[in-house]
Formats: sequence, structure tokens, C-alpha cells
Amino acid sequence: MLRYTLKRLGYMVVTLWVIITATFVMMKMLPGDPLKSEKVPPEVRAQILKQYGLDQPLPVQYVKYLGNVVQGDLGKSLSFDGRSVTDMILEGFGPSAFIGIQGLLFGTVIGLILGSVSALKRGSLIDNASTFFAVLGVSIPNFVMAALLSYYVGVVWGILPPGLWESYEYSILPSLALSFPVIAQISRYTRTEMVEVLDQDYMKTAKAKGLERSAIIIRHALRNALIPAVTILGPLAINIITGSLVVEQIFAIPGMGELFVTSVINNDYTLIMGVTIFYSVLIVGVIFLVDLLYGVIDPRIRLSGAKE
Amino acid sequence: MAKVLEVRDLHVSFKTYNGEVQAVRGVSFDVNKGETVAVVGESGCGKSVTSQTIMRLLPSPPSMIKSGEIMFDGKDLTKLDEKQLEKIRGAEIAMIFQDPMTSLNPTMTVGGQITEGLMKHQKMSKEEAKKKAIEMLRLVGIPSPESRISQYPHQFSGGMRQRAMIAIALSCAPKLLIADEPTTALDVTIQAQIIDLMKELQEKVGTSIILITHDLGVVADIADRVVVMYAGKVVESGSLDEVFYQPKHPYTWGLLASMPRLDQSSDQDLQPIPGSPPNLLNPPKGCPFAARCKYAMKICTQEMPETSDVSSTHRVACWLQHPMAPKVEPPAMAVGGE
Ligand SMILES: Nc1ncnc2c1ncn2[C@@H]1O[C@H](COP(=O)(O)OP(=O)(O)O)[C@@H](O)[C@H]1O
Ligand SMILES: [Mg+2]
Repeated sequence: MLRYTLKRLGYMVVTLWVIITATFVMMKMLPGDPLKSEKVPPEVRAQILKQYGLDQPLPVQYVKYLGNVVQGDLGKSLSFDGRSVTDMILEGFGPSAFIGIQGLLFGTVIGLILGSVSALKRGSLIDNASTFFAVLGVSIPNFVMAALLSYYVGVVWGILPPGLWESYEYSILPSLALSFPVIAQISRYTRTEMVEVLDQDYMKTAKAKGLERSAIIIRHALRNALIPAVTILGPLAINIITGSLVVEQIFAIPGMGELFVTSVINNDYTLIMGVTIFYSVLIVGVIFLVDLLYGVIDPRIRLSGAKE
Repeated sequence: MAKVLEVRDLHVSFKTYNGEVQAVRGVSFDVNKGETVAVVGESGCGKSVTSQTIMRLLPSPPSMIKSGEIMFDGKDLTKLDEKQLEKIRGAEIAMIFQDPMTSLNPTMTVGGQITEGLMKHQKMSKEEAKKKAIEMLRLVGIPSPESRISQYPHQFSGGMRQRAMIAIALSCAPKLLIADEPTTALDVTIQAQIIDLMKELQEKVGTSIILITHDLGVVADIADRVVVMYAGKVVESGSLDEVFYQPKHPYTWGLLASMPRLDQSSDQDLQPIPGSPPNLLNPPKGCPFAARCKYAMKICTQEMPETSDVSSTHRVACWLQHPMAPKVEPPAMAVGGE
């Protein structure tokens, strides 16, 4: 397991380095200038550039930036009175992380249950209903789902708040909106895999041991059926991360989505770079975690460290 | 001798899109305490269906027990519900399957797969079960069982996995062990080891064994009695000597003639039986072997022969046994030894 983990960790570090470097280079190549819009005298301009270290040669800027990023310092915002970008991101990340993780959790749990039940009761009403639901879930974008939920459940029926961010209730609808594609995908994967697993020889062995059906399914089938579901957890989590940018706007949640939009509008270089790098870390981190999880569930991978 | 298992006129069918596959069509045999009964016959003759019906492992639908009974310990297994069957499976009757590569759960430790039965049937604690599992692995000849127990099936070789399967099957000391072609998927050298192990353990544990195989060499090595199946029916059954040295059914002659023997000179080729078994979707109304039988008479294609007693232990279903049938001597190839 150690070898496997180290290898994954190595890949992660290299990927992040490439992303940070690419972001840096692209930002430098971009036309536009945060100071251009204001009429600044050249001395003041030079002063500000110096303050942000922008007067130095690019390689020096790059090395400095990289060093700061590694220490978690993403620089100072150009538009918000020099507030620390790291602080701003951490602040906005709270609500985003909450609805995202909760959405993933809703989706995974509901998806696993739906998929397993469908596989165990093939051709039943539940099976057909969940197939229908899965098609809806993958084909309807989650911002449409978000708008529908906010309007009907929030405004028309008044069951849950349609927007804003004040207490726990405010997180349920956004999380549900984000969970739909997750439910759809996880339930499909689980169903397919479960049907296959139920047909395996070792299921017969388990039955021949005299185990109860529930024990056979939970101990022998579910774990094996889970492996492919875990592999799509990565892409799904990433979907949620990117999807939440829009869904947050619909529910008027002060999260990363808002930060991202304002940073682009204000041409706030450091904030844009900070948010981009933060997202990359998040996404690469998710991929790393999923790889680890995969190893935990499947001993063949854990022990050989070979799975590519 | 005390009977452990009595299968009486068992009929099992499968409902398929094309109709009803009559996989088992009136099988009867007994298993006595401590003995090994070999069930032989070509692939598709219903050996696995029979054995899995004894354990009631076949899902229904598509399988159906049409009629017959399976008496075990005073109970008719065909009449029990799932709850009652769970108490018997693994505890009283255990099973080993053909392919040890796929019969073990790849994501569970070998130890875990042994202990779960012990904890369920013998109400052992985790610690007790683990001790017992180590003991079982040692018994089946797996070296350093203390460390092997926490390994996964993919870390075991094929032969080792089959040993582990045997350890699982015997852990609760069942009265009956059903081994469905336990060596077919293994290397020839390993096959002999597994058969020796089964023989040795049977002496130690005293379990009765139903051994399904199409390897007649194995049968000669381990069986006390032999049941010959063809197209879902038992065509001949008797003690090992009776079936090997005084076979009465032309199908048994054919099987024996196709068996490689030590005393055979190398230029004598094995003689497989020409033709193939009938389609069980629509089995013939007469003897199912008639179409491939050199000695078939008119009656053979019209009516299924009754099972007749050759001796108190030797039974055969063939029209040649009828008093009016011509006397036919089995071909020399088919009769072992003499
Ligand atoms: N699930 C099933 N559906 C339909 N037919 C089946 C099924 N399982 C077995 N059979 C049929 O039952 C017959 C006996 O099969 P089996 O007992 O597996 O043979 P074997 O003697 O080789 O073990 C075969 O003709 C096979 O095609
Ligand atoms: Mg078979």
C-alpha cells in the first residue's frame, strides 16, 4: 500500500506543478492589466508594480510565486484592498465544500441503494423507475435541476428556503440539485456491476456456506460491485465542484462560485490564479483520494501497486 | 449401513425461452455414511444440476424441482424453506466447486472466508473462528497458515485455492461433502495431490463424499460406489468393482473404453463414444443412449428400460437385461483388469 500511495502522491505533485506553471505563464501572456483602467501616474504605477513584485524579471517572479504557493500564500488580491487571496478562498470554500460534499454523499448513498435494489429485483417497478430516473439525471443539467428545485420546492411549495445561506436548511436544495447526476451515474454503475457480481461463482460459494441472503449481498456482492462505482466517484466529484459554480449562483450562496465570477470581472490576476490553482489542487486531490480508496477496496491493487 | 442421503426419482427442469430443458429426469441414488460415491458421465448429463439441487443452490426460476425427494437426516430437502436450508448448507452439507480461481471472493481474506461459516453455524467468536481457520488451513496442507490466513485469494496458487476451498467446506465438519469436478481446472500434478488430500481427510473426518468427475482414473482411486449418468438419467450404479469389472450398460462400456489405462500399450488409441447426447429440450421417449448404442434394438428407441437389479447393489437401466434380449458380451477394452 505504501508503494502505491507514494507513486500516486508523486503523480499528484508533478501534475500540480505543471498546472501552476501553466497558469503562471498564461496569466503573463494575457492582454489587459489590472492597473490600466485607472489613470495612474507612472511613479505610482512603478511603486505598485514594485509592491507586488511585478517589476522583477519573469523567472524571478515565477520562482517566488512557486515558493509562496507551496507555503499556501497565493498573494494579495488586486481589487479587494490587498486582502489575502488564501483567506478569501478559504472563506468562500466553506459553503461550497458543504453543499458539494453533502451533494456527493446524498448522491452516492441514494445511488447505491437504487442500483442494488434494481439489480436484486431486475425488471421490477423499482428497476424501471430507477432506469427512467437515471436517464433524467444524466440528461438534465444540474443548473436546470437547481432552478426547478428552487422554484417549486422553495417558492411554490415553500418546503425549504429557495436561496441564500443562513442555516442548515439552506444547504439541502443546492445539495440535492448537485446530487442528481451522481444518483443517476452511481445507480447505473452499481446495477450493472451488481448484476454481474451476483452471477459470479463465489456468490454460489457464499450461498453454499449457509449465509443469509442479506449477508451474502452485503459482505460478498456489495464490496465487489462497489469498485467501479468508486472509480467514477472522482469524475463525479469534479462534476460537482465545477457544477457548483453555477448552482451556487442560482441559490445565491456566497461561495467559490461568486468569488470566481467577481475575480474575472475585476481582472484580479492574483485572485484568478489563486482560484484556478485552488481548483486544481482540489481536483487533483480528489483523483488522488479516489485512487487510494480504490486500493483500499480492491486488495489486488493495494498489494501489487500495479494498476494503471 | 446408515444412509446419509437418499435421492429418489428426482426431476429438475429449467424454463428457458426455447422451452423446458429437462436437465435431470428421474435420478435415484444413495450415499452411505463415510463412503465416497462417484458420479460420472459426459458433460451436460446433469451432474452439476443434481448436486446443486441437493444443496438447493439453483435459483428458481429458472430451475424447478418437478418431482422426487431428497432425504437427508430424516428431512426432505426439496420441501425445506430458505431459513431451514441455511442451517444445513455449510454445516451439514458442504460443497467444493470446479474452478478455485473464481469460487473464492477476491476482495475478502482467505481467513475471513473460512471464519464466516464457523461464526454462523458454530456460533464461534471471531478469535475462536480464527484459531479454527488456521487449524483447517494446516489440515489441508497450507504452509505457515498463520500468515496465509490474512492473505487474499490472488496470493494463492490454483492448487492452494482449492485446498482453501476444501478447508472452507470441511470447517464445520459436514456429514456430506459434494465435490463438483474439484480437480478439472487444476494442473495434472496438483490434481493427484487434491484427490489424495480428500481421501486422507475423509479418513480423518469421516465425511461422506459425492465426487463428480469425468476422470475415471480418479474414480478408481477414491470411489466406493459409482453412479453413471447419461442425459439426465442414472443408467448404471453399483460398487466400484461392479461398475468397473462387470459393467452392464453399453454407455458404461463406452466410458471405460475411453479411459486411459496403465496396462494399455501406447498404440492402442482411446476410443471416445461416437455421436453426442440428445437435446434435453426434447428428449427421446426411449433410451436416450439408443441413438449412439451399437447394440440398440427396436424397443430401445420406443420405450425407456426399467431399472433392474444385477445384484443387491448393482443396478442398470438397459433393455439388454431383459430375459428376451440377446446375450451380448462387453468389448474387451471396456472391462478393466481381467
Ligand atoms: N440455468 C440453466 N438453464 C438452462 N439449462 C441449463 C441450466 N443449467 C444447466 N442446464 C442444462 O442442464 C443440463 C445439465 O447440466 P449440468 O448439470 O451442468 O451438466 P454436467 O453433467 O456437465 O454438470 C445441460 O444440458 C445444461 O444445458
Ligand atoms: Mg458440471
